[in-house]
Amino acid sequence: MAEQIALEVTRFSPERDKTPSIQSFDVPLRKEWVVLDALNYVKDKVDGSLSFRWSCRMGVCGSCGMMVNGEPKLTCATFLTDYAPGPVRVEPLKNFPVMRDLIVEITDFLEKLSKVKPWLIRDKEKAPSEGEYLQSPEQLETFRQYSMCINCLLCYAACPVYGLDPLFAGPAALALAQRYNMDSRDEGKSERLDILSQHDGIWGCTFVGDCTQVCPKHVDPAGAIQQYKLTATQEWVKSLLMPWGGK
Amino acid sequence: MHKRSNEPFVWLLFSAGGVVAALLIPIQLFLFGVAFPLGWLNAPSYDSVLALAGSPIGRAYLFVLCMLPLFHWAHRFRYTLYDGLQIKHLDELVNTLCYGGAIVGTIIAGYLIWRIP
Amino acid sequence: MATYTSYPPKGYRVRMSTYWWLGRWPYLKFILREISSVFVAWFVIETLLQINALIDGPEAWLEMQDFFANPIVIALNVISLFFVVFHAITWFNLAPKAMAVRVGGKRVPGILIAGPQYVAWVIVSAAVAWLLLHG
Repeated sequence: MAEQIALEVTRFSPERDKTPSIQSFDVPLRKEWVVLDALNYVKDKVDGSLSFRWSCRMGVCGSCGMMVNGEPKLTCATFLTDYAPGPVRVEPLKNFPVMRDLIVEITDFLEKLSKVKPWLIRDKEKAPSEGEYLQSPEQLETFRQYSMCINCLLCYAACPVYGLDPLFAGPAALALAQRYNMDSRDEGKSERLDILSQHDGIWGCTFVGDCTQVCPKHVDPAGAIQQYKLTATQEWVKSLLMPWGGK
Repeated sequence: MHKRSNEPFVWLLFSAGGVVAALLIPIQLFLFGVAFPLGWLNAPSYDSVLALAGSPIGRAYLFVLCMLPLFHWAHRFRYTLYDGLQIKHLDELVNTLCYGGAIVGTIIAGYLIWRIP
Repeated sequence: MATYTSYPPKGYRVRMSTYWWLGRWPYLKFILREISSVFVAWFVIETLLQINALIDGPEAWLEMQDFFANPIVIALNVISLFFVVFHAITWFNLAPKAMAVRVGGKRVPGILIAGPQYVAWVIVSAAVAWLLLHG
């Protein structure tokens, strides 16, 4: 195996640069190294100013999402040897503003996430003395897949609609809305539908499906959104046929 | 709060059109567009086609075959224009051209089918 | 009116290229799937022309057959056929994603939802072909 591999990394210092540029580093090609290890090698041994986000280094925190050779990846789960002989191009996550080097501004996502009300909504909370909310394994199964989302935003990097229209809520926010809609303890379906059955909600989605392809936790946001479209359509028909129906 | 969008209406038309287009168009396009002109299969005579098309079921079939796929095209093409040409700000114009085109096509289809002898 | 997020435009943004869909194969496949709708509309136009010929009589119908026999039209129809079949296959395969059908708590495998649609496709096509060839 070759000793080294070239890492081509985006550099951008907002106080100095007008546009990002590429800087190339030679890093050791170790068979157990992931791209994150290579980035940390550069930061430790070569250029301490290289900036990037990471945390758990095991694919559960969602911090280290970046574009590796044009594909959205968790850099802690992407092996260097898969790209030998290289070079490996590491760029900041697509469709988000770049703050510095490989760090992107994700506030837009956080705003959209809170917009969909990702918490249990109930008319009346049960008092603790009344005991727990009971939920069978089958009931859990209906939403468990959508609860696996680690907010890594790879799906937003993959979604061309989000890239074209920054008002679009995006895959993860919609999948998380479904996670709560499908939870048997939740009573907020109607409230969320008001917010999401809009053009910048579910109806902006054209089912490209790339979000599902890149999701490292197999959440299948595309499936969640299409199912939500079906639900929204059923509710729309019901409201047409029975306009007097209460929420 | 927010009024729910009426998008489900056009989405239903799009979906129905997609099903009709998927199930019914391939065979008819294959026969009339490829197999009959190339002589792979014997083309039906004018009279047999007229008999089929002129029957009540035939007319209904033709109307569904023309109307729903047009609305399927309208909806899909509208979004393709948004995504491809990034002209979402012209959405009134795009909507008029797409859904308006489908409505015009449907009216033409209805008129022609009604006039089948 | 298209507006951008209210958040202050901090950070470097690139506007998405008009040719973004050429950048990756999944995107190209998506655009081809969407473009298939144009060929669907072309088929409807051809059908309307055929109905018009039916109304005008046997000579007009023969002229229609000449039109269909024109090599350019045949080439266009062959291309259309590819796109229409591509539409059908992608449509049937995507349907299971849009419907989470659960039986006894477990999700029904996608093929059990896609499969019957293919069967229906074959049956309906056979019926139409039989009517046109023998009817």
